[in-house]
Amino acid sequence: MGTLNNEILLQQFTAQFGERVKFVGEPYGLVTVETDRNQIIDVLTFLKNDAQLQFVYLTDITAIHYPEQENSIGVIYHLHSLVHNVRIRLKVFLPEGDVRIPTASVLWNGANWMERETYDFFGVDFEGHPNLVRILNVDDMTVFPMRKEYPLEDPNRVDKKDFYFGR
Amino acid sequence: MSDVQIVNAPPGVEGSGFFATSLDKAIGLARSHSLWPLPFATSCCGIEFMATMGSHYDLSRFGAERLSFSPRQADLLMVMGTISKKMAPVLRQVYLQMAEPRWVMAVGACASSGGIFDTYSVLQGIDEVIPVDVYVPGCPPRPEAIIDGFMNIQKLVQTESLRRRESPEYQKLLAQYGIQ
Repeated sequence: MGTLNNEILLQQFTAQFGERVKFVGEPYGLVTVETDRNQIIDVLTFLKNDAQLQFVYLTDITAIHYPEQENSIGVIYHLHSLVHNVRIRLKVFLPEGDVRIPTASVLWNGANWMERETYDFFGVDFEGHPNLVRILNVDDMTVFPMRKEYPLEDPNRVDKKDFYFGR
Repeated sequence: MSDVQIVNAPPGVEGSGFFATSLDKAIGLARSHSLWPLPFATSCCGIEFMATMGSHYDLSRFGAERLSFSPRQADLLMVMGTISKKMAPVLRQVYLQMAEPRWVMAVGACASSGGIFDTYSVLQGIDEVIPVDVYVPGCPPRPEAIIDGFMNIQKLVQTESLRRRESPEYQKLLAQYGIQ
């Protein structure tokens, strides 16, 4: 088993998936690839189970909202190969009206809470998740607060205007 | 004479060998100098309160010697720190478990108004869920400010009528919060 660097990682990747994943860039030395929701579980399974790569550690699952993009909500996976100390980032962008993606909890139990958090804040529906309910916010909240469709502060509030505080 | 300061007697009728005052005032005097706080400290204000409890500021001088983290026998709920919307039912439950008469002090900007956290997850002031007697400003308030708030509570306790808790106004206030 030799060492692993980003070139070898990308070679392996292209050999395995070819055109089905798109290389986006290497910001700060972190390989970033984009794929779609039909491929993502295959890609994750390959990365985790491949004898050479061994990306066994799921660092994080989160999401991001770019309202100006056509596919505005991106689900982001960070994997870490503990053996080689190499990281990789995967992105899947989804249209806002149809934010569905298969769950990664079939591969990592740790994905359970990460996906619950991502659902809580971004409203991503992880299909097949064993218990997709809010984890941090109150249960009766009806919005997904990290989406950028709401103003940061309520414009109708007057009780925190400066003149009340002599400013 | 020693330097020890003792609490002045309440206003009343004094004569040789006797002193007469109203029961309200006597009870108020006793209550106000043995307030037992229940500290509900969630953030930085709680640390400031710990300094208030320490030997330098020594909240125990006011008879607040028994700090308990249980509602049993507690008179004063001191809410110190950010109360998130998820914490609000817990705070309310603690308040409901306290026996009358009970007083509430909101310490610091967060407990009083949500403070700098004008956001979806933070309760914008604990007066949305429980009635509050004294608000202490500051972010965080210095121990002197907490002591000042405590002394304001003492004034309220001293002057409170024994019938206040049964009064229709008080019942109406609690009904606003959906209590009883």
